[in-house]
Amino acid sequence: MIDLFLLKAALAGVIIAWVAAPLGCLVVWRRMAYFGDATGHAALLGVALALSLSMPPLIGVMVIAAGMALAVTFFTREGAFSTDTVLGVFAHSALAIGLVAAALLPNVRLNLIETLLGDILTVTNMEIWGIALGGAVILLVLALSWRGLLNATLSPELMAAEGGSLQRDKLIFTLSLALFVALSMKLVGILLITALLILPAAAAAPLSRSPERMVFFTALIGSLSVLGGLWMSWEADTPAGPSIIVVAAGIFALTALRPKP
Amino acid sequence: MLAAARGLLYFGAFHERTAMPETPLITAEGLTVKRGKRVLLDALDFEILPGEALTLIGPNGAGKTTLIRALIGMMPHSGSLIRRKGLRLGYTPQKLPLEQLIPMPVDRFVALSGERNRKKRREMLARCDAAALQDTQMTALSGGETQRVLLARALMRAPDLLILDEPTQGLDQLGEARFYALLAEIRAKSGVAIFMVSHDLHMVMAQSDRVICLNRHICCSGSPQKVAQDPSYQTLFGQRAGLAPYQHQHGEHCDHD
Repeated sequence: MIDLFLLKAALAGVIIAWVAAPLGCLVVWRRMAYFGDATGHAALLGVALALSLSMPPLIGVMVIAAGMALAVTFFTREGAFSTDTVLGVFAHSALAIGLVAAALLPNVRLNLIETLLGDILTVTNMEIWGIALGGAVILLVLALSWRGLLNATLSPELMAAEGGSLQRDKLIFTLSLALFVALSMKLVGILLITALLILPAAAAAPLSRSPERMVFFTALIGSLSVLGGLWMSWEADTPAGPSIIVVAAGIFALTALRPKP
Repeated sequence: MLAAARGLLYFGAFHERTAMPETPLITAEGLTVKRGKRVLLDALDFEILPGEALTLIGPNGAGKTTLIRALIGMMPHSGSLIRRKGLRLGYTPQKLPLEQLIPMPVDRFVALSGERNRKKRREMLARCDAAALQDTQMTALSGGETQRVLLARALMRAPDLLILDEPTQGLDQLGEARFYALLAEIRAKSGVAIFMVSHDLHMVMAQSDRVICLNRHICCSGSPQKVAQDPSYQTLFGQRAGLAPYQHQHGEHCDHD
């Protein structure tokens, strides 16, 4: 007999896996893994600030994550620092500031382990609706701007020459990522959000011959990881979030090492 | 020289089109680009005319790539850079630094120009000598194949002006000759203007209608013959530069030393 809470967790997780698929592929194609980290780690500060102002954590996360993404974009624009350095500085500073803020801010009772590692098994009906709605928004926006996103990924110069707007593309990508971080914190926690984006996409790459097919395979592998991770968590009493990533890593190993046809 | 022989065809195509003077495709006046205090481009004045083959030459660090980036609208600048109303631009980057993990068959890449008609895409790839590549992955293409596919994509938009950033870099001599022959053919058919960065002075002299020699500012410009005689050109490229390819910086071979 499978319990209701497990079904709810599976539903929320699978929705997140499908939303993660196009974003994860874009992150991999653009070599922006660290960017995901920076946005994800900023979320902790967002949660702490939102709680101290008695606002919903989701709003705090959105604002801080988006602010972080825009700040990184600004600092790397002039080329004074390499993107790699800026992202490293921002990602880890954000995490540290968030941890300090959580300890300092009055009236904040933040469950650190839950925020860092996720707690999908306690997902509420309200949260599932929130995840579904936010996810639908992300998927719709990405679908409508898909050609531009692909072109900007392939060659920003080519896109500019053909009259596309790089600013618009950047804004869509960053804000979608910020919203995604806010939605998926519950599933794997902020430490492993980048893993949720990258592992299924990397596992899908060797199986795919077109970008859209890679997104589809990424979604399948992501869903499989969520279900496998929840099963593992249920059977072996392991934390759900990390278990999901462990399964995804296993699938990555299988597709990466599979004999070439 | 195959390339030079083909160049005559290329050159010939121009004269039919000079008969009717038209408004320039692009007019630059006092075009200046600065990064911090460094001046990358210093008050450039030039025009790109309909149907002409204009080649940009200059030493490394002369600002050629900066100028291209300004032309395609990616570089903040002062001074004026006016495009003719409704100008359609085709552009091929020097390289396409693709992440290995992005699966992208050639036909899909060309479709990303916005052309939905599969048959038209196939015809364009065939025109660019790349019909056999349509299902190949972009990451598996050689340098020459990549340039032909990039050209097909640029032409898909029926451009008035093609901007080519060192299209033959890294090609061997045969590949280079093939590429220029292809350009000549396309130009003869469509009358598209070409603005090209090139390191290959031999080609420049044989195939361009006009040459701009850039070294932060415009050193000299005009017909290839006129530029070759210009003292500032000879200082930059050496006395024999008009006759033989100068020493390339990119490990391309020279046909005679």
